[in-house]
Amino acid sequence: MIIHFTLNGENKNLDCAPDCRVVDLLREELGHTGTKEACGSGECGACTILVDGISKLSCLMLAAQLEGHAVTTIEGMSKGEELHPIQKSFVEKGAVQCGFCSPGMVMATADLLQRNPSPDRKEIREALSGNLCRCTGYQKIIDAVESAAAEMRDDA
Amino acid sequence: MTGPLTPIGTSLKRTDGPSKIRGLEKYAADYYPANFLWADVKRSDHPHALIKGIDLSHVRGLPGVLAVLTHEDIKGANRIGVPEMDQPVLADQKVCYKGDPVVLVLAENKAVMQEALHKIEIDYEVLPAVFDPEDALAEGAPVLHENRSGKNLLIGGAIEHGNGMEAFQVCDAIVEAEFDLPYQEHAYLETEAGIACVDDEGVLEITASTQTPWRDRNELAYALGLPVDSIRVIAPYLGGGFGGKDGITVQGLLGLAALHSNGRPVKMWTSREESFLASTKRHPGRVHYRVGCKEDGTLHAVSCRIVLDTGAYASLGGPVLALAMEHAAGAYRIPHALVEGFCVYTNNPVSGAFRGFGAPQVLAGLEQIIDMLADKIRMDRLEFRLKNVVSRGDETGCGVWMSNSTGIIPCLEKVKEHPFWVQQEEWVNQAGPFKQRGVGIAAGLQGTGYGPMVADIANAKIELLSDGHFRIYSGVADMGQGNNPTNVQIAGEVLGQAADYFELLQPDTACSLPSGSSSASRTTYTFGNALKTAATILKERILTRACNMGLGIYAEDLLLSSGKVFHLTSGREIPLANIAASMSPEERISSYAYTAPVAKHPDSAGSAIRAAGFPHRVFAFACHLARVEIDALTGEVEVCDYLAVTDAGRVLNPQIYEQQVQGGAVQGMGYALWEDFRVENGEVLTRNLASYILPTSMDVPDILSLPVETVEETGPFGMKGLGEIVINLPLPAIANGVAWALGRHIFTSPLTAERILLTMEKRQAE
Repeated sequence: MIIHFTLNGENKNLDCAPDCRVVDLLREELGHTGTKEACGSGECGACTILVDGISKLSCLMLAAQLEGHAVTTIEGMSKGEELHPIQKSFVEKGAVQCGFCSPGMVMATADLLQRNPSPDRKEIREALSGNLCRCTGYQKIIDAVESAAAEMRDDA
Repeated sequence: MTGPLTPIGTSLKRTDGPSKIRGLEKYAADYYPANFLWADVKRSDHPHALIKGIDLSHVRGLPGVLAVLTHEDIKGANRIGVPEMDQPVLADQKVCYKGDPVVLVLAENKAVMQEALHKIEIDYEVLPAVFDPEDALAEGAPVLHENRSGKNLLIGGAIEHGNGMEAFQVCDAIVEAEFDLPYQEHAYLETEAGIACVDDEGVLEITASTQTPWRDRNELAYALGLPVDSIRVIAPYLGGGFGGKDGITVQGLLGLAALHSNGRPVKMWTSREESFLASTKRHPGRVHYRVGCKEDGTLHAVSCRIVLDTGAYASLGGPVLALAMEHAAGAYRIPHALVEGFCVYTNNPVSGAFRGFGAPQVLAGLEQIIDMLADKIRMDRLEFRLKNVVSRGDETGCGVWMSNSTGIIPCLEKVKEHPFWVQQEEWVNQAGPFKQRGVGIAAGLQGTGYGPMVADIANAKIELLSDGHFRIYSGVADMGQGNNPTNVQIAGEVLGQAADYFELLQPDTACSLPSGSSSASRTTYTFGNALKTAATILKERILTRACNMGLGIYAEDLLLSSGKVFHLTSGREIPLANIAASMSPEERISSYAYTAPVAKHPDSAGSAIRAAGFPHRVFAFACHLARVEIDALTGEVEVCDYLAVTDAGRVLNPQIYEQQVQGGAVQGMGYALWEDFRVENGEVLTRNLASYILPTSMDVPDILSLPVETVEETGPFGMKGLGEIVINLPLPAIANGVAWALGRHIFTSPLTAERILLTMEKRQAE
């Protein structure tokens, strides 16, 4: 089937199998391997993307569900070399270790900060509780989200 | 752009951050080469069975299936593993656990793959199986590996020190208990993955998520029957490892697949369920302790019996047992000791390396016993430890000589003066309704490196490029801990260059040099030492050449800084690119082999235990404190506050140091409280992240990390290994806090809500 959607602002018209998972479409067909897969069953959050600005798990979505929607992946967050404030603060605050959860964490953070520009640490912990990290113990991720939120408020 | 200089001791930002956070860094799982085939395996349905026949007639010829392979297609020894080569790439005569790979399939897509795996028929003759290590040691137990003289005993031994058991007769107080320690699954986010192909020159090239590219190459040559120089292994950044990729996971299967793919690349990437079934775990085990002291609180005798279940194959079970035995007396001076250890084959999933490598299991027991003994003689738990811990020059109860930096006393003193300890009674007494609180501490140590019998060598290589930049050829894989970004900091310090003057190559057996594994708290210690000297040699060459070029008479009058060499008195300078142009390609490359020092002190361990790695020479130390609160209605434990004081020598990068401490403490909290990997009759019951519960951001507190900066003179810039000591103490610290809150110790972990609730009910009934 042919599906039409935008990926990081670019129009896509693709012929793909109706049962193709979005994570496979992104990684295998479109070469967007920044979206990770770590469980395939919606338990870890590594494959988080934004669909119309709302965080979704791309391992639980089929390609047909993208019809007419706007998809943002980690590759769409920075403008070339210039990192998004969330990405910048993840790097600055040491929130990236192995980095396999990081793209999903950034996308979940983007969703959170749209809904709540001034979350406290507890709210951040709640918002990211669907995204597993095995390296950091979460602390520097929480630090990074706090710092990104402050910077984005200042810029707004 | 010139960034700031990179002095040791500052939080230089990790150079891998930007590419990882943009999603551009390619992990092994991220490669989809053109025209690739998927590879996957049919695994055993039985924990122990003879393979009587394999029927592939319904599979060969299926559209989309390119090859179906069995052990008969393997030209080499078909055995992998270090130090015991006992694990088949594909099972031949029999299977030894539910998960043993039997048939390898190459297919065009995953749908065809599923159909093919489903249609493979394997005829088994089921054999009696054994699942408990004590049962496996009994006379008449089913034997897994018939060729072994010790039957199911992989390795066993004893360490005797002083008078052993006789010493208990003169103890004033003795405490005894047996601890059941669970499996722990590494649960790295990137499951086992890689790609492979045979290039035009016949070289088998494997890119894999591996902690051990160099060892893999040797093992693959033996298993697949290829010359070592016809195999190339590349190790990109790993999506986590923690010991679970310390050795071959999919590499043998990938290599075999690529040899039968008609020249097409192959890809493997295990599902989470398959990863849980077939990857190694932390060894589950039983640890029986008896510890005695004098009435003044002087520890006098310890006996410890350790039984570890290594599962169907050895993996690193031998060295894990040796390390468990070495750490069994903790960081204490105990004059009399008897430590016995047994690492045993069973038909369970395979256990192997996991951060801490045997030390978490014994320290979990010992540090609870120490609390119980302190209570028994009515001595403060921290003072009891302070009275008995080692100083430099002492021996531990296991006869391990603390010949190098030894900072356990300052670790304990930092905890002693911290408000969490000073105000422990007040905090506990402030518990709200239906809440019970406790404060627990634990202290311990962790050896660095491979021990006395395996050369712990790194070969660093660094090149001055023709444009004046430098390229570091990392020899040790980076599984996320940041050892390779730290290479930039080390070389930057020596060469006076900012981070953006470096290119950092990840390990590749075709261009970097053999440097051992990313494990054993030795990555930055060993490779960093090698790199520091390699960079120093290169610096001398550059400065000498600058003198040759007329910049000055003596090298000491010159300053190497970002992109150039200055003459200090005249202020003249030469760009590094010009100096590079005057050097031959060979001169521009510097390499250095560093071998870590080993303990030469006589010891009392048997030869098998010594060969497996006993004893170490350089140790990290720590004391952890946990403030815990139990919900009396649900049994749930909340870790409210957590303090980790660590002596891992001088801190090279405070941010990376905190990453290790925080991440390790939380992984240890998972081991203590939630991670309950269940295996029954060889069958894994926890097969996904919904049933095997990892800590989430909601479950853990912020971790307070305080470093004790001893100077380890053998380490680069005074550092020593940090990656493992951090996971050794959360379990006993939390368990000791829980014991305070409940009024009794629980000897089986993890301390799940069910287990706590049952204990509370039992206590009320008494």
